[in-house]
Amino acid sequence: MKNHVLRPLFAAMALVALILTARALMVPSDFGVHGKSFTYNFYRAGAVTDWKNFPVSYRGGASCGECHDENAESIAASGHRIIQCENCHGPARNHPEDPETLTIDRSRDLCLRCHAGLPYPGSLRSEIPAIDPGEHNPGEQCAECHNPHNPNLEDME
Amino acid sequence: MKCSRRSFLKKGLGSAIAASLPLSSFKFLSPAEARAAVGDPAVRWGFLINTYKCTGCGFCVKACKKENKVPYDLPVTRTWVERYVITRDGETHIDSPAGGRDGYTDAKIEDKEIPAEEITKAFFVPKLCNQCENPACVQVCPVGATFQTGDGVVLVDRTWCIGCGYCIMACPYGVRFFHPVYKVAEKCTFCYHRITKGMKSACVQACPFGARQIGDLKDPDDPVTRAILTERVAVLKDEYGTKPQVFYIGLDENVR
Repeated sequence: MKNHVLRPLFAAMALVALILTARALMVPSDFGVHGKSFTYNFYRAGAVTDWKNFPVSYRGGASCGECHDENAESIAASGHRIIQCENCHGPARNHPEDPETLTIDRSRDLCLRCHAGLPYPGSLRSEIPAIDPGEHNPGEQCAECHNPHNPNLEDME
Repeated sequence: MKCSRRSFLKKGLGSAIAASLPLSSFKFLSPAEARAAVGDPAVRWGFLINTYKCTGCGFCVKACKKENKVPYDLPVTRTWVERYVITRDGETHIDSPAGGRDGYTDAKIEDKEIPAEEITKAFFVPKLCNQCENPACVQVCPVGATFQTGDGVVLVDRTWCIGCGYCIMACPYGVRFFHPVYKVAEKCTFCYHRITKGMKSACVQACPFGARQIGDLKDPDDPVTRAILTERVAVLKDEYGTKPQVFYIGLDENVR
């Protein structure tokens, strides 16, 4: 052990062994190549499960209609049938348990997302029934006159 | 046999380290071993965007941020909608306030009024992760925290990412950002938790006009695959060789 050549060699070997030991202890066992290449598929397999388990918030209109069948039917007969319930009513998450009630966005800004007129040739936007927000009852809530579930102007009260 | 305290400790430590070494520490991965671990993935997720149908309502951005719990009021987003207005003088006006989260309700672009008669063409372009076949962002990760799953989606392992930001710099499409809460790289996952349960991505579901569609590119009967095969589609920044898997109908040369 007094050899000045061997001593650094042993030290280096010990260091390598230490690093390999630390790696074996710290790297999860499911870490490795799970796919066709080391470049793109070198990862911890559990990460895929982690992402699959991410909670779903937006349940979709079909699940709303299971209980709220009257509202689902009324909107299905209108031009707004293409809009998902949760776009205005907010994500259902685990409704009716959590949250017990949803907060409806009745704001003018929500309607203006589509109905503020923009003169854009070649875009579907210019074909939607539109208003000039500065001219058409500025500051008023659209839902006070228009029924979002039946936006037909002829049916307006 | 004489054994000093010094040499006893040295030898003792040495043998303790040697004894604790599992054989797997010395194992190198062989390509054959790696290939054997690969199942045959039956799905390849792809995306189709119809820019004619996009109206700039921004419901997709709102739904994405809420579904994926991306901080709603911070200037970060997994998907966004850009507005392009091309005027007679050949100028291209582009904006995307808050990523289009609140929709486009004003004709002004960066406080500039553009008269309707000056506009030659104008449209909206939704953007999201292209889930590239050759993802540059994955190549640069120094720790193996970002990867491509068997079905083609590029994910980030939040427990493994060290937040170095290489991938954010490497992505040619600028879809990655630093998550302000988890302090790791963040990106669009095509809503992996939804598509693996048979649901649509949150943005696809929220779009009232069918401008966004997701499908399985390995299934020739999937509407998305059929549209990509039969219609004239384009991808963003084809010249980078990343093979993006988000296809656009009606992509304009002005779109960057």
